[in-house]
Amino acid sequence: MNRRNFLKGISGGLVLGSAGLAWPRMPLAMPVSMGPAALPTGTLEASLLDALPGKKPLIKRSFRPPNYETPVAYFNDLYTPNDAFFVRYHIANIPEVAAQTWKLRIGGEALQTPMELSLDDLARGFERVELAALCMCAGNRRGLFQPHVPGIEWGNGAMGNARWVGVRLRDVLNKAGVKKEAVEVVFDGADSGIAAYKTPDFVKSLPMWKALDENTLIAFEMNGAPLPHWNGFPARLIVPGWAATYWVKQLMSIDVVAKPFEGFWMKPAYRIPLGKFANVDRFITQETAVNTPITDMVVNSLITNIEEGQRFRPGQSVDVKGVAWDGGYGIRTVEVSLDEGQSWRPAMLGQDAGRFSWRQWSYRFKPARRGKMTVMAKASNRIGQTQTAELILNPAGYHHNLIQKATIQVG
Amino acid sequence: MKRLLLLVLLPVTAAAADEGQFRLKEGAGRELVEANCATCHSLDYIQMNSPFLDKKGWEATLSKMVNAMGAPIAKEDVPMIVEYLNQHYGK
Repeated sequence: MNRRNFLKGISGGLVLGSAGLAWPRMPLAMPVSMGPAALPTGTLEASLLDALPGKKPLIKRSFRPPNYETPVAYFNDLYTPNDAFFVRYHIANIPEVAAQTWKLRIGGEALQTPMELSLDDLARGFERVELAALCMCAGNRRGLFQPHVPGIEWGNGAMGNARWVGVRLRDVLNKAGVKKEAVEVVFDGADSGIAAYKTPDFVKSLPMWKALDENTLIAFEMNGAPLPHWNGFPARLIVPGWAATYWVKQLMSIDVVAKPFEGFWMKPAYRIPLGKFANVDRFITQETAVNTPITDMVVNSLITNIEEGQRFRPGQSVDVKGVAWDGGYGIRTVEVSLDEGQSWRPAMLGQDAGRFSWRQWSYRFKPARRGKMTVMAKASNRIGQTQTAELILNPAGYHHNLIQKATIQVG
Repeated sequence: MKRLLLLVLLPVTAAAADEGQFRLKEGAGRELVEANCATCHSLDYIQMNSPFLDKKGWEATLSKMVNAMGAPIAKEDVPMIVEYLNQHYGK
């Protein structure tokens, strides 16, 4: 049996966990599921555990460009380790950037004084800011959409929570001077497509109000260490509350512009239909009559310590653990249902690491009888939004926040 | 059983994989698909996106690759590529 077949054999959501005993500490000492059984079968077959240089083995969805997701067991910790943090690239040419020679160019027609900043200029010239924030790919859980939609067929692991250190983008822009005709700020990283084919470069823009938000950072530290190469070394954008598509890695240039930016990755890519989701943040200069760029994340949660079909002994307490997050309003409650959603009981919330961090939660119960039972979890935020009971379909498979249901076996 | 799996798995997870180990299914048109698609991305993208696209779905994917992503695929090669994808990785 070769490696792929071996992993495939255990990939259908069946994991031989030992009731979570050593699981959170040693996530990869045991077989790791390639994702929920509801992923496309081709996805499960093509996935395997693989370590990029400097990284722990992660779930490989595609080799080139590299798209690797974090095994869910890592999410039992408040912060996701740098070497287990998910990796997502759109285009395959990803250079190594040397910190000593790296310069961030600040410009654009709506900026008064263009600048070039070294890593040292950034670190010494501006106030140092630290915040915890969840970085989640817009398409996290795309593979769980029914019917399936094309793209990277992520399970639950295209996200991670980290403490980011950097400087405020607004401090940098204000130093350079923003002209009043400015409408968007455009960000380009070091990655590029194959020039001969004119693959669209991965370039993103933000509306002025979000770019000038006090929490939008140019970060050069992650969990107390430099950013890993695969997560944007030497500096990346942090856009708390918003989908990670805006968190441009290996930042090379920032341009303040007077006209809406029209690159492929802004339009038509990363769009959601207008009016379907309860998002609050608008990106008006990019809206069309039918769609809008994805903005803030919808309220969501994930059970992190129970595998589908996991067995528990009768009379044994079950500790359900998980995380919950939203677009930056903060989690108000997480509720658990053991009766298919008929009644809900509040879970205990963990430490509050700030409104952009995910919030850990736990719920303990003793199953009353033997047999199969379901555990459901539902998060609500401080502005009254809650997870959906019916999946909201959209062409690119974004904002999957269907209430999760895990089946366990007692006895 | 658990212990056995643990022993078996440890050495495997330490190894690094590469895209060369991924093989598309045998069939007419495979080489054409390899030559055209692998210039920009690894071929596991194809299996990952299967089996849920029908012929129209694969045509739309090809059209996106050519028109939006700049894939240098000759027009006359498109039908055979779609045929292979639909037959081996289609719904």
